Amino acid sequence: MQSTEYIVNQKLAAGRKDKIHHLKRGFYAGLPIALGYIPVSFTFGLMAVNGGIPVWMAVFISLTNLTSAGQFAGLNLIIANATYFEIALTTFVINIRYMLMSLSLSQKIEINTTMLKRCILAFGITDETFAVASQEEKDIDFSFMLGLIIGPYIGWALGTLLGAATTSILPESVQASMGIALYGMFIAILIPAAKKSKEVVMIIAMAVFISSVFKWVPVMNRISEGWSIIAATVISSIIGAVIFTREEEEYE
Amino acid sequence: MNKVMISVLIMAGVTYIPRALPITLFRKRIKSKIFKSFLYYIPFSVLGAMTFPSILYSTSNIYTALAGTATALILAYFEKGLMKVALGSVITVYIVDMLLK
Repeated sequence: MQSTEYIVNQKLAAGRKDKIHHLKRGFYAGLPIALGYIPVSFTFGLMAVNGGIPVWMAVFISLTNLTSAGQFAGLNLIIANATYFEIALTTFVINIRYMLMSLSLSQKIEINTTMLKRCILAFGITDETFAVASQEEKDIDFSFMLGLIIGPYIGWALGTLLGAATTSILPESVQASMGIALYGMFIAILIPAAKKSKEVVMIIAMAVFISSVFKWVPVMNRISEGWSIIAATVISSIIGAVIFTREEEEYE
Repeated sequence: MNKVMISVLIMAGVTYIPRALPITLFRKRIKSKIFKSFLYYIPFSVLGAMTFPSILYSTSNIYTALAGTATALILAYFEKGLMKVALGSVITVYIVDMLLK
């Protein structure tokens, strides 16, 4: 009896040790992401306060949303006094890509991971945490994902706080120049991807064309920016998916 | 609750849903090539649509915006990374703004 109990205890202890080990490994894998997030969320905090959002609210947005493009777009719409429906749909459309990542991770996470744990780690899926998690060769467990998410989550919130608190210190001319930062980051993502793929060039060109039509063509320009982003995204992605359908082996 | 708070909670909800649904519900892979392609292209189209033409209106005037855009395009072409591209365009806008005054 005593020996069985001893073995069980040993196994439990080994399991705990494994979990702590995975948690640590995930945490270290997430550190570069955390550092990378600080300047981006710094910009977000800056823009939020510039747009009249209180510091605590800017941090609250980062703590509850944990997403870059979606937060920036949502922030712009809030500042522009858009409707709830526009905000919901724009944010949703921007973040639809998370579905593919979440789907991919559903194949990679240990199959016996509980529903509650899946719900918790789903919150931490971002472009970057997904990229790191999908590089793991073996199946990943909850402990690893939790460790991976913690650092970027703190970095994202901390950067937002610093940016939001800094705004008032910066001169107006510098603040006005910061407005282009977000778009600069988007361009930094788009151009390297476009260089690698003609299809991506075509998709971007279509999206830019459609959003320009909604901006400049009379009558069409009555449609709000929120809707024009949704229309441009959905139309160009559908056309792209039909014309440039990707084969299985094209996904890494 | 004020309008900003409600907006933020809505954003949080619709951001969480696409993250949570597949990993909690789907245990099989999507087979449709077209649907997978659609999802694959979305980040590019949405970023493209958000960037142009909005970037041209992101500074105090069109000339600084054009200069900043050109800088971003060049730095991005040489794959300088998010931070450098963003900072490069900001600094360009700042300098051109100073020169125009």
